[in-house]
Amino acid sequence: MKRQFALLGFMGQGGALSKIHELIREMPVSRVMTVSPFTLPPDATMMELKGLLQTHRISGVPVVRDNKLVGVISIEDLIHALEEQRLDEPLAEFMTSEGLITAHAQEPVMEALRRFESTGIGRMPVLDARDILVGIVTRGDITLALLGALQDLYSEAEAIGDRPQHFFAALESENTSLQLRYHVEKDDFAHGGDASAKIKRALLRIGASPQLARRVSIAAYEAEINLIIHTEAGGLILADVQPGEITIVAQDAGPGIADVDLARRPGYSTATPEIREMGFGAGMGLTNMERCADEINMWSALGVGTRLQMRFKVSPEEVITD
Amino acid sequence: MTLDEILEATEAEQLVAPPFNMDVESACASDLMSDVLVFTKSNMVLVTGLTNPQAIRTADMAEAPLVIFVRGKYPPKETLKLAEDMGIAVLLTGYTMFETAGLLYQSGLKGLGKLPTIRQEH
Repeated sequence: MKRQFALLGFMGQGGALSKIHELIREMPVSRVMTVSPFTLPPDATMMELKGLLQTHRISGVPVVRDNKLVGVISIEDLIHALEEQRLDEPLAEFMTSEGLITAHAQEPVMEALRRFESTGIGRMPVLDARDILVGIVTRGDITLALLGALQDLYSEAEAIGDRPQHFFAALESENTSLQLRYHVEKDDFAHGGDASAKIKRALLRIGASPQLARRVSIAAYEAEINLIIHTEAGGLILADVQPGEITIVAQDAGPGIADVDLARRPGYSTATPEIREMGFGAGMGLTNMERCADEINMWSALGVGTRLQMRFKVSPEEVITD
Repeated sequence: MTLDEILEATEAEQLVAPPFNMDVESACASDLMSDVLVFTKSNMVLVTGLTNPQAIRTADMAEAPLVIFVRGKYPPKETLKLAEDMGIAVLLTGYTMFETAGLLYQSGLKGLGKLPTIRQEH
């Protein structure tokens, strides 16, 4: 759940409190409900209902025909049938089909919680926009989810701690720099983007604006993917962060690029068909980097390796000051 | 457009629920991940037929809170798990990319506008 709140940060929301408000107001029922609950058709017998309730230790199920909710039936209804010894009869005889109280998949959980309060019921079937049953939600589901989310938010807020008023203002030195280093393995597509995502989060944590964090991380991402696709043995990504400038270096030990200028031309790619099938090889990597960075320097020698250096000047607008 | 509106317009199935409600303004449809990152707008929908986890990472980089997979291609577990971890919602529609894009465009989602020419040498 933690990464989701990093995303909230990108959306330019305020401090932790407004994030909590956002969460409570906006978390949809679909996020907390039990998906694909047990259901029975209206022509099933009360005996079958008894079996289902006993086997799964639940106290009620929605009654569904053609994926549409037609009623709800519970233990109370079963007791009624038992008293009258009518277990062979269909659910339709005993179920509640009028005045069904339901929740909508996209509605905020707070709305659903209010409905629980005012009606006193314990569970609600959840319908989507086409009135198809997509889940079931209990009061407990909602409170558990909200508690869990609050817990995540607090630990995220704790990790961030006191955000410095100015980028790096908390540190005193003549020239401070923060260095982040990552190894990137060749062909490691499963982790492709990990290093850039970590660089992005680090920048946001120390006070970079979303725009700055985004342009640095997109450039880093392209460099990271290149190390995965084009090197013989992977390489290194280094992010050097200073108050006025950020430098990203990507370097490897081979194979080297024969013609650097050619490599930098938009659309040019040496990616193999297998790589292209994965969605890469558009030939836009270096172009994207050039668009994001203020300065790019690239050195390469065949049989030796490649070193790519990207510099990002940090302008005052790109820094968060509380 | 809200998630509900998108679900209805594309007759899609929700595979990963969003962590909070969204209202997206634009969309990008592509199978080339680098192309997606060329010109991005925050708060956009990524429409793609590429179902590997990189589509989710690209969406994360591009700050797209929603990914729609097209042509009924149900993505592998790793892709859905990554989306779940990163808080990115995922839908699946049976329509092709062309039709999905058309349906979303018709419903009011904007594109990125006309982009300047970039000469491509091969």
